Amino acid sequence: MIAEHVAFGIIAAVMVASALRVVTTRDIMHAALYLVIVLAGVAALFLLVGAEFTGITQVLIYIGAVIVLFLFGIMLTRTDFDQDEETDHKRKFPAILTALLLLAVMIGALVDRFEDVKLDANLPGGQTPQTTAQVSDELFSQYIVPFEAVSVLLLAALIGAIVIARREEGG
Amino acid sequence: MTAATVLSGLLAVEVPYWASAIIKVGIIALVVPTAALVLGYVFLLKMMSFMQSRLGPMEAGPYGTLQLLADGLKFIQKEDIFPAKADRTVFALAPLVVLVSTFLIYVVIPTGPDAVVAQLDVGIFYALAVSSLSVVGILMAGWASANKYALMGGLRAAGQLIAYELPLVLAVMGVVIQAGTLDLQKIVTAQAEGEIFGWGGIGNPFILTQFVGFFIFLVAVQAETTQPPFDMPVAESEIVGGYQVEYTGFRFLFFFMGEFGTAFAFAALAAVLFLGGWALPWGDLTHWGFNIAGPVIMLVKVLAVAALIFWFRFTYPRLREDQLQRLAWKFLIPLSLVNIVVTGIFKVVL
Repeated sequence: MIAEHVAFGIIAAVMVASALRVVTTRDIMHAALYLVIVLAGVAALFLLVGAEFTGITQVLIYIGAVIVLFLFGIMLTRTDFDQDEETDHKRKFPAILTALLLLAVMIGALVDRFEDVKLDANLPGGQTPQTTAQVSDELFSQYIVPFEAVSVLLLAALIGAIVIARREEGG
Repeated sequence: MTAATVLSGLLAVEVPYWASAIIKVGIIALVVPTAALVLGYVFLLKMMSFMQSRLGPMEAGPYGTLQLLADGLKFIQKEDIFPAKADRTVFALAPLVVLVSTFLIYVVIPTGPDAVVAQLDVGIFYALAVSSLSVVGILMAGWASANKYALMGGLRAAGQLIAYELPLVLAVMGVVIQAGTLDLQKIVTAQAEGEIFGWGGIGNPFILTQFVGFFIFLVAVQAETTQPPFDMPVAESEIVGGYQVEYTGFRFLFFFMGEFGTAFAFAALAAVLFLGGWALPWGDLTHWGFNIAGPVIMLVKVLAVAALIFWFRFTYPRLREDQLQRLAWKFLIPLSLVNIVVTGIFKVVL
């Protein structure tokens, strides 16, 4: 288990350092690229606990699509390559306060739930902790209602985005 | 059951974990440039020349075989130039991101029962996920060059790669449904041991049932590797090379290796998904000999797919941006969705 602990320490340290750079850097492009490192770290952590499918989905969706759309948006709307003063927001301290509050709530919830839970790393028969087939079986039986709810939510967001974009084009 | 098993079989020694990891990295580091060289020479230099009734390079080595090596040496000698207003760190990292994305695809491509760097349960899903990382590198290059042509090339590349990522993934779904697994090794086995209406003479290569998927996959691959007729992002006659415009020397070489290395990797994936991969439908698939014969069989199939890709490349004129987007969103994506539904119905009925 020592190797996993060392790997977790390194990944976590890199993630925290990059996350701090995301909010402290003056260059919005660099902020987006530091976010890539943070998200890659999340994927690495998923792989570390054996959740292959979740880890690779993280790479495909967040780095391959979400970040690419961020970069796309930045490149379409910005023309200056110099450091941007606008990113230094006036409401910096309320933002920090909100972030700290959220952090406190999340730590509280996680500690409350998982304080005494120990995950068993050695599954019987040496099988991998979670295969894709297991994920899909559970997704389409036990969790079918939340899964469909999320689909409808995403569809609504999609239609909403198209409606907003169309209206601007017409007016 | 990995490349290390093959090696310990060959040398009759036990290979420790760290050594097998180094050997695997070494194998990938050798295979990617070799693949890029082979594709570059066979197709870009020779096939294109013959299609245009000329000889192509003939002086460097017999029939010009060493031409690309000479070109590579030339690139390495060149000065490493940074544009004055460039974002230096991002500019330097961009080609590496593209190249790392290419290297990572090779990790899961099987070339024999044991001859694979890592057999993953999510094999094909992993390959498609890491191949999408190259967009980040291309956007980094387009932005950091501080050049309007590079910026436009980067934007075009992003719009194109996002659009064709979807048909690429959806085309593979048909094969995954039919094989019932994401694991590339099991997809190979499923085809070699499959039967066509009870007749197992040639196995059941998925190109027979998934020919629509094969077509969509090839078109999407063509667009993903920004090859003509989908070369809007690097269109040299409009935006003088797009995101590559400011790159020289070995950094340009990285982009070249990334492009051809990725083309080879996708051809290999197509060979595994649709043509039966390293296996032949006859004989014992677990036989150790397939670790030697597998790579050769695989190479033949890969070159056949690559020949198709490059044939398209040298034949069709460049698509306009609106034609390109329309092809992806209004034709390929609906077609691949229909393909998934039909495959699903057949899977349930048969």
